[in-house]
Amino acid sequence: MARPFDAELRDLKFNLLTMAGLVEEMLQLTRQTLAERSNHKAERIALLDRQVDEAELKLDQVCIDLLALRAPFASDLRLIASALKIIPELERIGDHCANIARRALVLNGQPSVLRGRDLDRLGADTQSMVHRALDAFVNGDAALARTVIRDDDQVDALYLSIYSELLRGMLADPLCIERSSHLIIVIKNWERIADEATNIAEEVLFILEGVNVKHSYLQEHA
Amino acid sequence: MLACKDLKIEFDRKPVLKGVSLTFPPRKISAIIGPSGCGKSTLLRAFNRMHDLTRGAKVTGSVTLNDREIYADDEDPVLIRRRIGMVFQKPNPFPTLSIFENAIAGLRLSGVRDKNALKEAAEQALTDAALWDEVKDRLKSNPTTLSGGQQQRLCIARALAVDPEVLLMDEPCSALDPIATAKIEELMFRLRERLTLVIVTHNMQQAARASDRTAFLWMGELVEADDTEVIFTSPKKSMTEDYITGRFG
Amino acid sequence: MIRGHQLRKIRGRCMEAVCLLAALVAVLPLFAFLWHLAAKGASSLSPALFTHLPMPPGEAGGGMKNAILGSLLVVGTATVAGIPLGIGAAIFMTEFARPTVASVLRFACDVLSGIPSIVMGLLAYEIVVVPLHHFSAFSGSVALAFIMLPVVVITTQEMLHLVPHSLREAGHALGIPTWRIAASITLRAAAPGVLTGMILAVSRIAGETAPMLFTAFGNPFLSLDPKAPISTLPHMIFNYAISPYDDWHRLAWGGALILVLGILGATLLSRFILWWHQRSLNS
Repeated sequence: MARPFDAELRDLKFNLLTMAGLVEEMLQLTRQTLAERSNHKAERIALLDRQVDEAELKLDQVCIDLLALRAPFASDLRLIASALKIIPELERIGDHCANIARRALVLNGQPSVLRGRDLDRLGADTQSMVHRALDAFVNGDAALARTVIRDDDQVDALYLSIYSELLRGMLADPLCIERSSHLIIVIKNWERIADEATNIAEEVLFILEGVNVKHSYLQEHA
Repeated sequence: MLACKDLKIEFDRKPVLKGVSLTFPPRKISAIIGPSGCGKSTLLRAFNRMHDLTRGAKVTGSVTLNDREIYADDEDPVLIRRRIGMVFQKPNPFPTLSIFENAIAGLRLSGVRDKNALKEAAEQALTDAALWDEVKDRLKSNPTTLSGGQQQRLCIARALAVDPEVLLMDEPCSALDPIATAKIEELMFRLRERLTLVIVTHNMQQAARASDRTAFLWMGELVEADDTEVIFTSPKKSMTEDYITGRFG
Repeated sequence: MIRGHQLRKIRGRCMEAVCLLAALVAVLPLFAFLWHLAAKGASSLSPALFTHLPMPPGEAGGGMKNAILGSLLVVGTATVAGIPLGIGAAIFMTEFARPTVASVLRFACDVLSGIPSIVMGLLAYEIVVVPLHHFSAFSGSVALAFIMLPVVVITTQEMLHLVPHSLREAGHALGIPTWRIAASITLRAAAPGVLTGMILAVSRIAGETAPMLFTAFGNPFLSLDPKAPISTLPHMIFNYAISPYDDWHRLAWGGALILVLGILGATLLSRFILWWHQRSLNS
C-alpha cells in the first residue's frame, strides 16, 4: 500500500542527496585548489558553502515536521533520525572545505613546503570516503558503509605522518613555520572530514540494520 | 507470570489461533497488536477462560499462571476469573446497581457480606482506579450518569476490587476520547506496580506509548514479540515493520 | 396544475387520515363499552358489594364478598405457584439450556399459551377433581396456574433476551458464578419488564371464567377452604348475568365493573413501575 508519507520520505532522501552533491562538488574544487595551487575556484567554493548552509536549515525543518506529523516507526523513524544527524555532518564537511580553501589562498602564493604527493593523497582518500558513505546511503549498501569505517584508521595514519613531516620541517628550517602551521590546519580539516564521513557511514548502518556501531570500544564490553 | 504455549483455538472447527506461545512478564504492560480479525481478542479471552462460555469453542495447548495450568480439569474457571480480571472495549457497568454497588459487585456476588469490608474495598478500588474523588459524593447514583471515561474507570475499579493478579484489557480506550484515553493510560502505569497488564489494541501509538512489551499477531499466528522499543525502532521481521509503518493492515 | 411534491403531500395526508380513522374505529368501541359498563355498574357499586354475601333474588343488601375473596385466594395461589416456576423455567431457557433445548421448550410454551382456557380447566378437572372426588379451590388454582405458566415463561424469556450480553460477560469476567449472574444481574436488569409481564399474567387469569365452571365450581357461601368449592368473581358474574332476576343483573354489572377496574389498575401499576424505573435510571 503506497502511503503519502512514502513520497515525503523520497523527497527527503532526494533533497539530502542534493545537499550531498553540493558538498561533493566542494570537495572536488578544494582538492583542485590545493593541487593546482590556484585560487580561481575560491569564489565558487564560498558560494557552495552558503548553499549548503541554506540546505541545512531547510532540511532540519523538514525532518522535525515529519517527526511531529507522521509519528514514524521502525525504518521510517531510523531514516529521519539519521537524516537529522547526517545533515549537520554534511554542513561541517562544507565548512571544513571552506576553511581549507581559505588557507590555500595564503599557501598558493608561496613555495610548497611538502615533498611528495601525500597531501593530495590525503585529500583523495578523504574524498573517496565521503563519496562511498553517500553511495552507501543512496544504495542501501551496508558493506560499502563498513569499508568507510574501516578506512578511517588509514586516513588518521596518513594525517599523522604528514604532521610529523611538517614538524621535522619546522624544526629544521624556522622560515617555513608560517606555511607549515597553515598546512597543519589544512590536514587537520581533511582528517575531520574523514571523521565526518565515518559518522555518516555509521548512521547509514543504523538506518539499514538498526544497529548503533559508534564507539566500538565501549560496545565490546557491553 | 502469565504464559501460553502452543495455544490453538477453533470456533466450530474453524481455526482462529494457530499455535501461539507467549510469556507476559509480571508487573509489566504487554500489548498485543495486529490487524482486525487476527485473533487478538480471541487470544486475550483464552487467558480467563471466557471461551468456556462459548458453544463450539475448542481450546488446546497450555495457559499457565505462575506455572499452574489454568485449563486443568481440577481448576474452577470461576476462581481463575477472580485472579485474572478483564475490562472490555465498551464500558459495561451494571445499570441497575449504583456506583458503589458496581464497585463491589464482584465481591458481594461472590459471597462477601461484611458491610465494612465492602465499604473499604469500594473506596480502595475506586481510588486505585483514579475515580474516588470524582464519585465520592455520589456513590448512590446510577453509573449511567458518568461520562464514558468515568464508566470505564468504574469497570476497572470493579475488576480491581476482586484483587486480581492479572488484568486483561480488550481495547479499553477505543470508545473514549483522547483525554479519557490519557487518563486510563496513566492509570495503567500506576497499576503496573502491583499487577500484570495485558492490553489488546489496534492503535499503534497507544501500544508504543503505553506498553513495555509488544506482540504482533497476524492471521492467528505470532509474528514477533519483543520489547516495545525494539518493535517500534528495529523490528526483526519485515511483516512487523510493514504493519507498524502502515504499509498494510 | 398540481406539482409532484404537492401530490405527494396530499397522498401523505390521505394516508394519515385513513390510519386515524382505523385507530378511532378500533379504540372508540372500547371507550364506549367502558363508559356503558361504568354507567351500568356504578349504581351497584357500594361497600355492600364487598362486605355482604349473596342474598336470594329479591332480597336487598346482596354482595359479592365471597366471590371477591374467592378470586383473591384462587388467583393468589395460582400466582404463588406459577410465577416462580415460570421465571425459573425462563431463566433456565435463556441462561443455561442449549439452543436446541431452549427452542423446543419455547415452542412448547407457544403452543400451550394458545390452548383455550376451558381445555386447561378440563385438564385440572382430570388431574385434581376426579381423584379427590370433589370440586375445590385448589383445582381452580391449578387450572389458572397452567394458563399463567406459558405466559410468564414467554414474557420473562423475552425480557431476559433484551438484557445485553455485555452485562453477562462483565459478570463472568468478575468470577461470579453463572447462577448468581442470572439471578442478581440479568434478572435484576430485566426486572421492570418481568414485573410488568407478571402483572399482566395475573390480571389475565383473574378474569378466567370457563375453567372455574368445573374446578372451583362456585359456592354461595363464604369459604376459604382450598379443599372445598369456592366462588370466583367472573363465575358469579356469569351466574348472575344468565339469571332472570334484575337485581342480580345489576350486581353482575357491579362485579364486572370491579373486575375491569382491577385489571385497569394492574395495567396502570405496570406502567407506573416502568416509568419509575426509567426515572431512577436517569436521575
